[in-house]
Amino acid sequence: MFRNQYDTDVTVWSPEGRLLQVEYAMESVKQGSACVGLRSNTHVVLGALKRSVSELSSHQKKVLEIDDHIAMGIAGLTADARSLAKYMRTECLNHKYVYGAPITPAVLMSDLADKHQRTTQTYVRRPFGVGLLVAGMDPQRGSPHLYQTCPSGNLYEFYASAIGARSQSARTYLEKHYETFAESDKDDLIVHALQALVGCVSGDDELTKENGSIAIVGKDQNYTLLEGDALQPYLDRLEVKNAEEKDDDEEKEDEPEAMET
Amino acid sequence: MSKQHTTRPITTGTSVVGLVYDGGVLLAADTLLSYGSMAKSFNTPRMVSIDERILLGASGEYSDFQEVVQKVKALALEQKTQSMESLYEDRPLSAKSLWNYLRAVMYQKRSKFNPFWNDVVVAGYENGSSFLGVVDKLGTTLQENCVATGFGAYLAMPLLREQYRPDLSEGEARALLEDCMKVLFYRDCRASARIQLAKVTADGCIISEPYELDQSTGWNAPSMIRPVGDLDGDGGW
Repeated sequence: MFRNQYDTDVTVWSPEGRLLQVEYAMESVKQGSACVGLRSNTHVVLGALKRSVSELSSHQKKVLEIDDHIAMGIAGLTADARSLAKYMRTECLNHKYVYGAPITPAVLMSDLADKHQRTTQTYVRRPFGVGLLVAGMDPQRGSPHLYQTCPSGNLYEFYASAIGARSQSARTYLEKHYETFAESDKDDLIVHALQALVGCVSGDDELTKENGSIAIVGKDQNYTLLEGDALQPYLDRLEVKNAEEKDDDEEKEDEPEAMET
Repeated sequence: MSKQHTTRPITTGTSVVGLVYDGGVLLAADTLLSYGSMAKSFNTPRMVSIDERILLGASGEYSDFQEVVQKVKALALEQKTQSMESLYEDRPLSAKSLWNYLRAVMYQKRSKFNPFWNDVVVAGYENGSSFLGVVDKLGTTLQENCVATGFGAYLAMPLLREQYRPDLSEGEARALLEDCMKVLFYRDCRASARIQLAKVTADGCIISEPYELDQSTGWNAPSMIRPVGDLDGDGGW
């Protein structure tokens, strides 16, 4: 991008009124592989595309368990994400010990956003180079929530969102279909997440049980991670769904067009 | 520089009794503050309401109760205002969370051999049901339909256990508690007949003004009419 004299310290404003270090940190998020999140009235699903360094290496873990009722998907600097996960897990456990009840995700996220902001206003630190999609169930209200944080400290709640490389394709898909999510059941949500991820793979790659990852939290559903063989049934459903839609499209093409008179 | 540790209570309050009834929780306590065998103050409230939704009462060292109330009020305020989320949504402290928080505090203090010398009663009404719990100076917790601290544990609990029903009306609950308070006044030498009643329901908390128990039917024992401590007779003890 651009290199100028205002981008070395996070505490220096640029003449355009921007904090360039924060923006560079957000670039780091865009370099990470895709992560999507979506919710219905009863569940929240996170999906991620796991990257592997080489054919010989394992796929990088993208979804972490924070508590029974909170899941986190990451995009960007994995080490920063693990540090944040440790903080969140500690907060969750401490809250459970002191108050005897699971923490409210909204309050945890609010404190997490403040933690991000603090790094943007001190000379000796740097912003966290990771974007988070956090899925949580409010224990008092029984309601599902999806939150997104970024290095700037901004916190947003979403019906559906996607972050990371080529995530625009996922966002477009989610924007198109989000109105159907509210009443969807858990399995349909998972298939939607996988469908959104399909658009984020690069070039010749495809979404497989090795590089896909799904996590779900919901009413009467503690954190569950679906990877490997557990994911295959959903990938199969996706394949069937896409084949059916392809057939429908082809049928429409074959129909003779009305003659113009 | 070593700090002093609490080894005994100095200024004390006696029993707090409470029970769950159909629609809420009712607590009772007298308003006597004792200084050993001296009756220091006759009108001290030993039950307070937090956020008008949770009742807190305690027996034992009164200064420790005051400190606990201070801490709890600060916690309730912090919960309402500290996080950014609280700007958008009301998430009031629940009685059960408060009870758990007190457990953590009391246990930590006892583990340092410096306890809050109290039995704290926590009462609330949330999610359509009543909550009644106790935390003692060791950090022990109990969640029950009937509670009684101090002397009440020995004198009032048997009465409460005998007469408790889950469908008690407020009037019946009140009558039962007043009966317990009367017995306590008769038999607990650190108790007085001036009591307060406190209730918490879906509509919030109400703590009554202190009032005297009706003594018009008791104290008919001859020794009360003509004190034995007169010069003729054996002089009493």
